[in-house]
Amino acid sequence: MRELKILAVVVFFSLLTYYLVEPYAHHEMHKKVDAQGNEIKTESQGFKYNGTADIAEAERAGDAARVAAKKAFWADVAEVAKLEGNAAAGEAGFGLCLGCHNGANMNMGGVIPPNLDHAGTIYDKNYLIALIKDPAMASNVDHKYADTMMHPMGSIKSMMSDNQQIADVVAYILENKSGEITPKEAYMEACMRCHAVRYGKLTQLGETPVFKHEKDALAHKIKVIDEQDTVKAYMGKLPPDLSMIIRARSEHFMETFIENPQSQLAGTSMPRVGLNHEGYEKVKAYLTEVGDPSKAKREALGPIVIGFFTLFSILAFLWKKSQWRDLH
Amino acid sequence: MAHFEKAKNLNEWLDQRLAVNTLKRVLNTEYWIPKDINFLWAMGMVLAATFGMLVLSGIFLLMYYKPDTNLAFDSVNYTIMSEVGYGWLWRHIHGVGASIVFLIIYIHMFTGIYYGSYKRGRELIWLSGMALFVAFSAEAFSGYMLPWGQMSYWAGMVITNLFSGGSLEAYGLVEWIRGDYVPGDAFLTRFFMLHVLLIPLVIIGLIVLHFGTLRIPHVNNQEGAEIDFEEAADLYKAGKKKESKVIPFSPVFLSKDVFVMGVYFILFFYLVFYNFNFAMDPVNFDPADGLKTPAHIYPEWYFLWSYEILRPFGKDAGLIAFGIAQLALFFLPFIDRSPNVAPAHKRGLFQVWFWVLLVDMIVLTAMGKLPPTDPTFAMLGKISAWTFLALGPILFIITMFEKKIEKGA
Repeated sequence: MRELKILAVVVFFSLLTYYLVEPYAHHEMHKKVDAQGNEIKTESQGFKYNGTADIAEAERAGDAARVAAKKAFWADVAEVAKLEGNAAAGEAGFGLCLGCHNGANMNMGGVIPPNLDHAGTIYDKNYLIALIKDPAMASNVDHKYADTMMHPMGSIKSMMSDNQQIADVVAYILENKSGEITPKEAYMEACMRCHAVRYGKLTQLGETPVFKHEKDALAHKIKVIDEQDTVKAYMGKLPPDLSMIIRARSEHFMETFIENPQSQLAGTSMPRVGLNHEGYEKVKAYLTEVGDPSKAKREALGPIVIGFFTLFSILAFLWKKSQWRDLH
Repeated sequence: MAHFEKAKNLNEWLDQRLAVNTLKRVLNTEYWIPKDINFLWAMGMVLAATFGMLVLSGIFLLMYYKPDTNLAFDSVNYTIMSEVGYGWLWRHIHGVGASIVFLIIYIHMFTGIYYGSYKRGRELIWLSGMALFVAFSAEAFSGYMLPWGQMSYWAGMVITNLFSGGSLEAYGLVEWIRGDYVPGDAFLTRFFMLHVLLIPLVIIGLIVLHFGTLRIPHVNNQEGAEIDFEEAADLYKAGKKKESKVIPFSPVFLSKDVFVMGVYFILFFYLVFYNFNFAMDPVNFDPADGLKTPAHIYPEWYFLWSYEILRPFGKDAGLIAFGIAQLALFFLPFIDRSPNVAPAHKRGLFQVWFWVLLVDMIVLTAMGKLPPTDPTFAMLGKISAWTFLALGPILFIITMFEKKIEKGA
């Protein structure tokens, strides 16, 4: 009985220390507060995009003009979303997209335009509408293009200004570019133009082939460096390699950051990716496969090892009882 | 050359040459432990077992780890974690073991303080234990450098900077320790050497010494009672186990140790498989980058209390307070003037002192991690640091006036 009391004291102080240095300290460290000192809660919106977070950010910054612009923009997006899109009519409009999104792996204005083969599967409908209307606003990086720089996809605004046309193109994408996608493909379409994954042998140029001759390998490496330099010039710094990001960031950070990079890293040049829930799950699955490949094995082995020590403890307890029987 | 008879069996053959029977008797079957103990007395064996796990997992990691700033991060996070069979398991055991070993060390230390197990005759047990604590700290710090992540790099930067001695500005010493102006290749390889060779050798030596110091004064017991071990041992050997106050180390004491170890390993492997982030900080999964300072740099939890004694004061005063805090616990047997060897709950004011110390160290630990930009945390940190420094002189005074507890009371 006395031993149990002592154990309770030891457990209490150990757990108290754990609570203070882990959950509590991390909450305090990563807490974000607004100008009035109120805590800003960053929660995932379930990978739906309607501009609430963007407008709230502008409001916190106290920029009335920006608040108005954001409100007007997302109201427009909502208008388009209500229209009935005609996929067949959208095919011609989608043809305009293919001018750049052509899979030629050529950098255009900063990055290589991503492949859209599964755009309907991994991106949110509202986000696609917003992106065609105004790429910088949709991605919540309009602060980057305030002055002289133009968004590399900025010309779409003049090419597709009619709301019905936008609705048709989005309907086309959702209907025709919505096949099954693997986690790796999802990553390649959504993230790879900026973020390499060296543990998965991916660079901004795609999967690194196996070369027979060192000369070819070096030539490829130079191409990669050239591409990285262009991305770096456009983004301000080379976006980090994401090989280990799944272990380096919490689940909550990953969700909220991918949904709206500004929420976790105010002022970042990273655009909103616009993934829907399925798209996020696929990308996460790929990052887990690469950065935490032992997860499945860990979860399978855990119960066996713990079961072993439980049995061990029971047997040890019986041994102890037999050894101590005559002592008191 | 002595005379040797032909041995009848292997045991006898070994006994003739190594005196294994004597060894077994002296170290096991007739090494007497008081009967009046609780599970806290098993912490020594738990520590030995954890150290064993660390050595074992360390050997496996050592086969694939590459001490080179260009290769270290990937050798740990790619080679060991995804290419080597069960590499992830050894790494998690090593990481969790390195953190949890300190929890057990602290429990072991506070047990010693609570029951007065450092008092006259047992000073060397305490001193060798404290030396082990310092060696384990050095081992933990040097090991933390090896994955060469962001926290490795920046913790290495901050801690080696301490050696500049504040206003002494001994940057030459800092560079000498680093082998470079900033942590780099020379830094990593020397900490690798310290971690896998020099400090483990020191630890093993100190463990032997620590066991040795126990031999003559014997292990303490729950009441701090003085025991005539020879008399008690004779009673035990005569079969009067109930009357005897002692038990042999093996198998009686060991059977309890093994049970406690079993329960401990359930917790240990729960952490290894399901809750390892506290021991393997996510920040350290970002590769070291000398151009990008992390938003928060903090040591592992077991260093936080002494870090917090450094932090709230100015540059020089902080270093001095830090130095005192590192050494203060060594002097415990000499600061405590009380004639009593008894558990804290029988020692009046000492009991209050004990719980204040424990709570103060927990507060220091928490404040060491919480951002000091918050004025409440900064103030709490300062108060708890002053409290820690004051506890030494206070102990001296209260134990001077402590009344002698009469025998049998």
